[in-house]
Amino acid sequence: MTRPEEGKRLIITVLGHDKVGIIAMISTILAEAQINILDISQTILQEFFTMVMVVDTSGSQTDVVTLRDILTRKGEEMGIKITVQHEDIFKFMHRV
Amino acid sequence: MPFSISKDEILETVSMLQTENLDIRTITMGINILDCRGGSGQETGVKIYDKILRYASELVKTGDDIEKEYGIPIINKRISISPVAMVADGLSSPDMVKIGSYLDKAANEVGVNFIGGFSALVHKGFTKGDRALIEAIPETLAATERVCSSVNVATTKAGINMDAVYHMGSVIKETARLTAQQDGVGCAKLVVFCNAAEDNPFMAGAFHGAGEPECTINIGVSGPGVVLNAVKKYPKADFGQLANIIKNTAFKITRTGELVGRVASKRLGVSFGIVDLSLAPTPAIGDSVADILESMGLETVGGHGSTAALAMLNDAVKKGGAMASSYVGGLSGAFIPVSEDQGMINAVEAGALSLDKLEAMTCVCSVGLDMIAIPGDTPAEIISAIIADEAAIGMINRKTTAVRIIPAPGKKVGDWVEFGGLLGRAPIMQVNQSSPAQFIQRRGRIPAPIHSLNN
Repeated sequence: MTRPEEGKRLIITVLGHDKVGIIAMISTILAEAQINILDISQTILQEFFTMVMVVDTSGSQTDVVTLRDILTRKGEEMGIKITVQHEDIFKFMHRV
Repeated sequence: MPFSISKDEILETVSMLQTENLDIRTITMGINILDCRGGSGQETGVKIYDKILRYASELVKTGDDIEKEYGIPIINKRISISPVAMVADGLSSPDMVKIGSYLDKAANEVGVNFIGGFSALVHKGFTKGDRALIEAIPETLAATERVCSSVNVATTKAGINMDAVYHMGSVIKETARLTAQQDGVGCAKLVVFCNAAEDNPFMAGAFHGAGEPECTINIGVSGPGVVLNAVKKYPKADFGQLANIIKNTAFKITRTGELVGRVASKRLGVSFGIVDLSLAPTPAIGDSVADILESMGLETVGGHGSTAALAMLNDAVKKGGAMASSYVGGLSGAFIPVSEDQGMINAVEAGALSLDKLEAMTCVCSVGLDMIAIPGDTPAEIISAIIADEAAIGMINRKTTAVRIIPAPGKKVGDWVEFGGLLGRAPIMQVNQSSPAQFIQRRGRIPAPIHSLNN
């Protein structure tokens, strides 16, 4: 059974128009927070940039709320939509 | 463990949360207060107040924490308590009003927006406590902000208590009169039930039933917007395919509730009760059950075909949701409140949705005539007769039905009532003026139907 609380992984998604430096910006913020990138995949879909990133926060002191605030703000500056979600919601929704 | 969710699945979830109004409508903590009886209303009120603060002081904070950590909006945190008429049996009506004031104080103190359980279960008859509580309803709802009241007047097993039905017509009128300054908003916090659910997390009808544990967490999910978008994507699907699409979507919505329920009950150290599968609309655009029915191909909700569309939607939601949760309960069906659903409001305004069609629709979905504003001069007997009709539908069909109706003082058909927030706004609806007075004044009890004899 999926056990909530235990997961230390977050899913970061980015949606918006493609431009230079999106991944650099996000990975810099993650590196500063000691958050490890486990997986990254991106596509350009209907002229839109879509990126999904799986990250591990077990070595980080930064909590999810703070990280979400930082990334959301940076995303707004760059005109892109960044979301940060706990992995459990995806596991619960798509797997029994 | 590798992360095995596909990118499309991730983006689907993000879109549900970001643009389709997927949220947890309520985390409701049910608290047993049957041990809180004191010698007076004052003493009982203080005991209930203390117990609520002891059990629920972390409720709002826990809900807010989960919302932030998981990124799932949790709209309401609420409390339901054992029916006050049971706790305070033997006390007088002014004592009941006193207890109501302590409930309001407790709700305010712990930060929940509603507390349900100023209730009486009178389907077979009244105790002294029931009578005192019902008498205290109008004053309590007028004097408090957050207290919700419900009265169960019928069950499939007991029949319909027509004395209670008779009384509730007047109680609703009096509640409207005492809250006339706000369009009779007191009536928006008063539900008359048949077959009331003991673990319903939704207001205004939530109470903590006699068979419930000491304390429990019940979750109400939402998501009309998510279902709407799913249905819109398949305009040509036949009904078998459409049912599958809705089932899949309901499954995903309910899983979110299951997750939040498990986390909340663990953190609060309280048993996890149920997830309620109801599709609960809000006045927000796109968060409408009416819109779903119209997206199935109806020009306007209320037209012919609406009942069939709603029956199919309601059943598919249950089938999908039942697979998603360990414990399903509460009301679990689509809600069709008028003032809280922009699509319903539009249909009434366009003249396509009548009270009679709404009554027919309540035969196949959750609850009943909900948040309907009617002319302020509607006689109490007509309101009683509306309640009797709904109770009969619930009794015969072995389902929960309810009436939450607002005879808005001074308002006529064509006028509007404005409650604001989640309660929304509604046009005054036409009521059939033919008098049922003689029928309602017969009193007594409508016997339980033959199919109640199933032992």
